[in-house]
Amino acid sequence: MSATGLFLCLFLVGHLAGNLQLFLTGEEAALQFNAYAKFMTTNPAVKILSYLTYFSILFHAIDGIMLVASNKAARPQKYAYSNPSANSKWNSRNMGVLGTIILVFIAVHMSNFWYVMHFGSLPVDSAGNKDLYTVVISFFTDDSMGLIFVLFYVFAMAAMCFHLLHGFKSAFSSFGLRTAKTKVIFEKIGYAFSIVVSIAFAAIPVYIYLTH
Amino acid sequence: MSVLDSKIPEGSIDKKWTNHKNHIRLVNPANKRSIDIIVVGTGLAGASAAASLAEMGYNVKAFCFQDSPRRAHSIAAQGGINAAKNYQNDGDSVYRLFYDTVKGGDYRSRESNVHRLAEVSADIIDQCVAQGVPFAREYGGLLDNRSFGGVQVSRTFYAKGQTGQQLLLGAYSALSRQISKGKVKMYNRHEMLDLVMVDDKARGIIARNLVTGKVERHAAHAVVLCTGGYGNVFFLSTNAMGSNVTAAWKAHKRGAFMANPCFTQIHPTCIPVSGDHQSKLTLMSESLRNDGRIWVPKKIEDAQAIREGRLKPTQLAEEDRDYYLERRYPSFGNLVPRDVASRAAKERCDAGFGVNATGQAVYLDFASAIERYGKEQASIHGMNNASKDEIIAMGKKVVEAKYGNLFEMYEKIKDQNPYETPMMIYPAVHYTMGGIWVDYNLMTTVKGCFACGEANFSDHGANRLGASALMQGLADGYFVLPYTIGDYLADDILTGKISTDQPAFEQAEKNVNDRLETLLSIQGSKTVDHFHKRLGKIMWDKCGMSRNAEGLKEAMVEIKALREEFWKDVKVPGSINGLNPELEKAGRVADFLELGELMCLDALTRNESCGGHFREEFQTSEGEAMRDDENFTFVSVFEYTGEPGEAVLHKEDLNYEAIEVKTRSYK
Amino acid sequence: MNLTLKVWRQKDANSKGEIVAYDVKDISEEMSFLEMLDVLNEKLVAEGDEPIAFDHDCREGICGACSLYINGEPHGPMNRTTTCQLHMRSFKDGETVFIEPWRAKAFPVIKDLMVDRSAFDRIIQAGGYVSVNTSGNTIDANAIPIPKEDADEAFDAATCIGCGACVAACKNASAMLFVSAKVSQLSLLPQGKVEAEERVKNMVEQMDHEGFGACTVTGACEAECPKGISLENISRMNREYLKATVSPGK
Repeated sequence: MSATGLFLCLFLVGHLAGNLQLFLTGEEAALQFNAYAKFMTTNPAVKILSYLTYFSILFHAIDGIMLVASNKAARPQKYAYSNPSANSKWNSRNMGVLGTIILVFIAVHMSNFWYVMHFGSLPVDSAGNKDLYTVVISFFTDDSMGLIFVLFYVFAMAAMCFHLLHGFKSAFSSFGLRTAKTKVIFEKIGYAFSIVVSIAFAAIPVYIYLTH
Repeated sequence: MSVLDSKIPEGSIDKKWTNHKNHIRLVNPANKRSIDIIVVGTGLAGASAAASLAEMGYNVKAFCFQDSPRRAHSIAAQGGINAAKNYQNDGDSVYRLFYDTVKGGDYRSRESNVHRLAEVSADIIDQCVAQGVPFAREYGGLLDNRSFGGVQVSRTFYAKGQTGQQLLLGAYSALSRQISKGKVKMYNRHEMLDLVMVDDKARGIIARNLVTGKVERHAAHAVVLCTGGYGNVFFLSTNAMGSNVTAAWKAHKRGAFMANPCFTQIHPTCIPVSGDHQSKLTLMSESLRNDGRIWVPKKIEDAQAIREGRLKPTQLAEEDRDYYLERRYPSFGNLVPRDVASRAAKERCDAGFGVNATGQAVYLDFASAIERYGKEQASIHGMNNASKDEIIAMGKKVVEAKYGNLFEMYEKIKDQNPYETPMMIYPAVHYTMGGIWVDYNLMTTVKGCFACGEANFSDHGANRLGASALMQGLADGYFVLPYTIGDYLADDILTGKISTDQPAFEQAEKNVNDRLETLLSIQGSKTVDHFHKRLGKIMWDKCGMSRNAEGLKEAMVEIKALREEFWKDVKVPGSINGLNPELEKAGRVADFLELGELMCLDALTRNESCGGHFREEFQTSEGEAMRDDENFTFVSVFEYTGEPGEAVLHKEDLNYEAIEVKTRSYK
Repeated sequence: MNLTLKVWRQKDANSKGEIVAYDVKDISEEMSFLEMLDVLNEKLVAEGDEPIAFDHDCREGICGACSLYINGEPHGPMNRTTTCQLHMRSFKDGETVFIEPWRAKAFPVIKDLMVDRSAFDRIIQAGGYVSVNTSGNTIDANAIPIPKEDADEAFDAATCIGCGACVAACKNASAMLFVSAKVSQLSLLPQGKVEAEERVKNMVEQMDHEGFGACTVTGACEAECPKGISLENISRMNREYLKATVSPGK
C-alpha cells in the first residue's frame, strides 16, 4: 500500500511538471506541449514508467478495497454511539472514500485525455504532432460542460489533497521510518507536498477556464 | 515437639540454604514429566512458580480468577524491589538486608527464612534484567536505586512508580513462554473453591469456571497456593476488588494452619476516603516519603480552619506546622517503617489535627523537595542568579521525573494539583503479613499443599518493610519452591496419574455445589456488599490500627452474629449457570466473615504490641509499641476446628541465633 | 447529579444484546465511574434484577481489567485515564451516557460489558518474552550497561496495561499498538535483540490469525491509550518486521 502510494506521489510530481506547461499560452506553448505529449506516449523508458504507474494505481486500488473489507470484518458489530472525532481526523478514517473519488476521477480523466490521445483521431499541429493542447483547452472552455468539468476536477483534487495529507506521512510509518524525531519532518513535508501538488493541479483547469 | 515441624536446616545461618539445597531430594527429569502440579494464582509468586516448575519439567496447571494472568494484583505494586546488591557501595550486604527485615518485622519472623530471602534477592534482579524488565537506569547505563522506609541504605530497584507491573509482566512473559510450549495449561477466569484431600494429602482442587459457571475437578500431585493476602476483609483496602481469602481459607478448613492472622499492614500513604460510595483505596507509593515531608498544623484552631475550608495549607507559616515524624523520630524522620508512620498519623488525627473534611488526613508536602532539587539544578547549570520561580520550575521537573505518574494519579482522583498544594494522605489496609503457616520448604500443614508469596506468613514478621513483598513473591516462586517441592514429590514418582473419579473429588464437588445453591436460595433482603461493608467497619474499628481486649471481644461476637445474619438474609441474584459476579462475591464475603473472627481471636491472644499489631494496653508512656519478648516470641498458629472463634492455638517458638533481639527504635 | 445511562445488556455470548436505559440519581462528583455503576448495581440487585457485568479489579488504573466504551470513546472522555480512574466530575447533570463493550471480532462479548481478551494472551505467548530460563544462573544485572534513553524508551513501551482500548478505538479494530509495545520494549533492550526477528514475525502472525484489523495510522489508538503508548512503536514494529522478512537465512 505504502510502496505504491509513494510511487504514485512520484508520478504526481512528474505529471505536474509536464502539465505546468499548460500555463503557457500562444502558438509556441501548444507546440511545446504537443511535443511533450508525443514524447510521453512513445518513449520506451517512459512507457515502462507508465506501465508501472498503471500497475500501481490498480494495485493501490485493489489492495485498498481489500483492506477496507478486511478491516470492516474485524468489527462485525458496530458501536451504537461513537465519537471518533475525539481521537482521529476525518480524512484518516475515510481513505477508502477519498480513494474511490480519486479512482473515479482517474477513470474520467483518462477517458477525457489519455484515451483520446492514444486511440482517438486527433488533428495535428504545425509540427505534425497530435494537438492535445487544443483538446485540453477546448475541454475546459466548452460552453455547456466546461464549468462542470472544472468544478469536478477541483473537487477531485481536494479529495486527493486530503488523501495525501494522511497517506504521505502514514506511508513512512508503514516503512518503519517514523520516529519521535522524524515524525515532525514527514508530517511537514507531507503537508507541504499535499497542498502544493493538489493546488497546482487544481489551478490548471481553473486558469484555463478563466483565461481562454 | 509441637505438631509444627518447621524443618529448619542445621548449620549456621548463612549455610542453611546452601546445605539444604545440597541435601534435598530431587526428582529426575524423566519422572518430573509424570508429575502434575496445580498453581493457584498468577501474581509474582504464582506466575514465577508456575513458569519455573514447568521449565523444570513438571506438568503445571495454573489458575487465576482474572481474565488474564497478567492482571494479578502484584501489578499494582509501585515503589520497588529490594536486593542486597550493594551497587551503591553504601555498605549493604546479605546480612544487612536480613537484619533490616527481621528488625523491621519486629522480631516476629523466622530467621532462617528471612536469611534465605536476603540470599536469593540478588538473583532476582539478575533474572528480571535477563527477562527484559526495564528497571530505571543511571546515565552510565547501570541500574539505579532508591531508599525505602526502615533502612539506611539504597537497595531498592525500581521502574518509576510501576515496579510491580514490570516485574509481573516479566513473570507473565516467562509463564506465557511455558504456556506456548504446552508445559503450563492456563485456566483464566477460574476460581478455586475447595482443596481436595486424598489419604491426608492435597491431591487437587475444585474450581468454578466463572464464565460457564461449571464446577470442575482438577487433580495433581501437589497444590501450590499463591493467592495473595486478605486485606479485603476490611472492605476498604488498597487490594484489588477481587482479592480474597477463599482459596487459603478452604485450605485452612482442610487442615492448613493459619499463622499470625492478625498481622495486618496499614500503609501510611494512601488517598483518604471521600465518601460512603468508596469502593477501594488507592496507595501513594512509599517512595514519596523519600522527598515528601509529612505534617499537620501545630495549632488545633488552624486544623479546624483548614477542615472548614477557611485556610489553605500553603498559607500556613513554617513555624505553625508540626512535622511530627521528624519531631518524634529524628534519625529516620519521614522514612520510619510503615507501622510507625501509620500510628503516628492516627495519633495526630485522633487528637484533632486532621486536615480534610472528615478530619482523617495529614499532609504530604513536596514544597521543600521541589526547592531543594531546583537549587541543585540551578547549581548544575551554573545559574547562580536563578529566580525563585526558575528554581521552583526546575525543581518541579525533577519531582515530575521521579514521581510523575503518582502525582498524575493523585490529581485524577482528588482533582488537586500536588505540585502546588500538599497531598492529603491517610493510612489504609495494604498487606497481610499473616497467612498460611509453612515450613522451611514452604509446605503447609497439609501434605502436598504449598503456599508462596503474600499467602504464606513466613518472612515479614509483624511488619513488612517497603519493597520487600515483590522480593518475597519472586524469591518464593523463582528460587525457593521449585527446589523445595522436589523433596516432597520425590515420594510421588511412582504414584501415576491422579484420578478425579475418586470419592474425595465427588464429595468436594458436591459440597461446593451445595454451598453455591444455598447462597442463591436464601434470597434475603440485603446485598453482599451490605454485609461486606459492615464487616469492614467492625474490623477497622476494632481490629485495625490499634486494638484492645474489650473491642476485640465485642468484635468476635458481632462478626459471629453478622455471619449468621448473612446466611439468613443475603440476596444473591442470578443463577449458578453462567457468569455471576454477585455469586462470586458472596462466596468470598462468606469466607471473610469467618476469617475476621479468627483475626480478632489472634489479636486478643497476643498480649503485646509488635509491628502492625498495636494493643492499646501495651504501650510505653510515649505511646510507642511495647513488645513482650519473654512471653510472645512465637508464631501464633491456628488450627481450624469447625468454628473460627474456637480455633486451637499452636505455637512455633522463634529462636534468634544470628540476631540479637532488641527494642525496635527509629528515634 | 442525575444521569441517564444507556447500557449494552447481553445475557451471554450467544444471545442478542440491546441497549437498555437506566436512570441514576444523586451521583456525587467524587465517585469514580465504576463506583457509579456499583451504585446502580446495588439498586438493581435490591430490585431483584441482574446487575450489569463489567470487568474491573485493581481500580487504580494499572491492572488493565476495566474497559467500557463510554460516550463513544474507550475509557470515556478523559485522556490518559482508565475507566476506573475516570471520575463523575467529568460529566454534567442530566447528561445521557452511552456505555458499550469493546467491539472487535477478536474480543467477543461474554456478558453485558465484559469481553474476552484472551487473544492478547495468545499474542504474547507467540513470542512476547525473552527465552531465558528462570534458573537464577544469569549474568550480573549490571554486566551489560544499557543507555538510559533506551531503557527509558523500553519502559515507556512496557507500561502497556493490555486493556484493549487501542483495539476498541481503532476503526479497524487493529491491535498494532498493543503488539508493537511489546515488540518495541524487547527490541530496544540487548536482552531482547537476540530473538527479535523470530519474535516480531510470530507475534504479527498470531495477531493476524486472531482477526484484528490492519493499521491505517489514524492515531486513534495513541490518542485513547490510557498509558500514552506512542505510534512510534508501531513504526518500530514495521521496521523490525521488514528487517525480519528481508533478513537472509530466516
